[in-house]
Amino acid sequence: MKYIKYLFIGILFGIIMTKSEAISWFRIQEMFRFQAFYMYGIIGSALVVGIVIIQLIKRRQLKTLGGQPIQFKNKQFSIWRYLLGGIIFGLGWALTGACPGPMYTLLGNGFTIFIVVIVSALLGTFVYGLLRDRLPH
Amino acid sequence: MIEFLSQPWAWYVSGPLIALVMFLLLWAGGEFGVSATLRSMCAIGGAGKKVNFFKFNWKSQIWNLVFVAGAVIGGFIADQFLYNPNALTLSQNTITDLANLGIVFDGTLVPTELFNWSNLFTVNGLLIMVVGGFCIGFGTRWAGGCTSGHAISGLSNLQVVSLIAVIGFFIGGLIMTHLIFPFIFK
Repeated sequence: MKYIKYLFIGILFGIIMTKSEAISWFRIQEMFRFQAFYMYGIIGSALVVGIVIIQLIKRRQLKTLGGQPIQFKNKQFSIWRYLLGGIIFGLGWALTGACPGPMYTLLGNGFTIFIVVIVSALLGTFVYGLLRDRLPH
Repeated sequence: MIEFLSQPWAWYVSGPLIALVMFLLLWAGGEFGVSATLRSMCAIGGAGKKVNFFKFNWKSQIWNLVFVAGAVIGGFIADQFLYNPNALTLSQNTITDLANLGIVFDGTLVPTELFNWSNLFTVNGLLIMVVGGFCIGFGTRWAGGCTSGHAISGLSNLQVVSLIAVIGFFIGGLIMTHLIFPFIFK
C-alpha cells in the first residue's frame, strides 16, 4: 500500500504528458526544427517552477510524507559521460519522438508498438552495463 | 468539465504541472527520473548475475516502477476519457518539411505509417523503433538520466552536468533531425 501514492502520481503524469501532446512524435520534430515555441514553453515553464520548488524545499527544509528530510545529491562533475551519453540519447529521442516517460505513456494511449521501443531501450541499457568500464565517464 | 479537460493543455499549464509531479515524487520520498526504471527492469530480469552494474537492490526502486505503471494507466485514461477528436495543431513549416521527407501528418500524435507492427520488419522500421529505442536506453544510462532526470530535476537543482547532458540531448536530436533524417527517409 505504501506504493499506491506513486501509482496516482504516475497516472497524473501520464495524463499531463498526453494532454500536453509532449508524447507526440510530431511535436518533438517541431521542437528540433525550431518551428514552434510550444515544447520550449513546456520545458521552460516546468524548469522555472521547478527551480522555485527546489529552492523552497531547501530553504524551508521541507520533509517527505514519511518525515525524512528531502535531500539532493550533487552530481559529480564530468563532461564526457554527460555529453556523449546525452548525444546518443538525443539521436534516439528524435528517431522515436519519445523520451522514456512518453515511451510508457504512449503504450497506454494504445500505441502498442512502443513495447518494441521499450524492449530495445532495455537492451541498450543492458549493453551500456556491459561496456560501462570501457566508456569514458 | 470533461470537455474542458479534453482540449489540448497549454504549455503554461502543462509545464508547471510537470514541476508539480517532480515535487509530489520528492514529497513522497522518491525523485523524478524515469530512465532509471530501465536499469531496475534489467536487474529484475537477472542482468545482475552477469554484469555488476545491475547488481543492486532493485527493491528500493519499486516505487519508480509503480510510478511508470501509473504513467501507462494515465495515458490510457487520457486516451479513453479525455480524447481530443481535433487534429493536432502542428506548425505548417513542420508539416511541409515532413512532407518533403515523405512523412504524412495525419493529425494524430504519432505517424502511424512509421510506427506500426508491419513496418517493424522493414529497414526503416527497425532503425526508427529498435535502433532508436536502443539509443534511448544506452544514452540515458551513460548520461545518468533523461529529460525528467536532467532537463527537469537536474536543471531545477542547478546542476551544471545536467546542462551538459541537455546540450548533448539537443546536439543528438538536431543531428538526427537535420543531418540523418534526409538519408533515412526518401
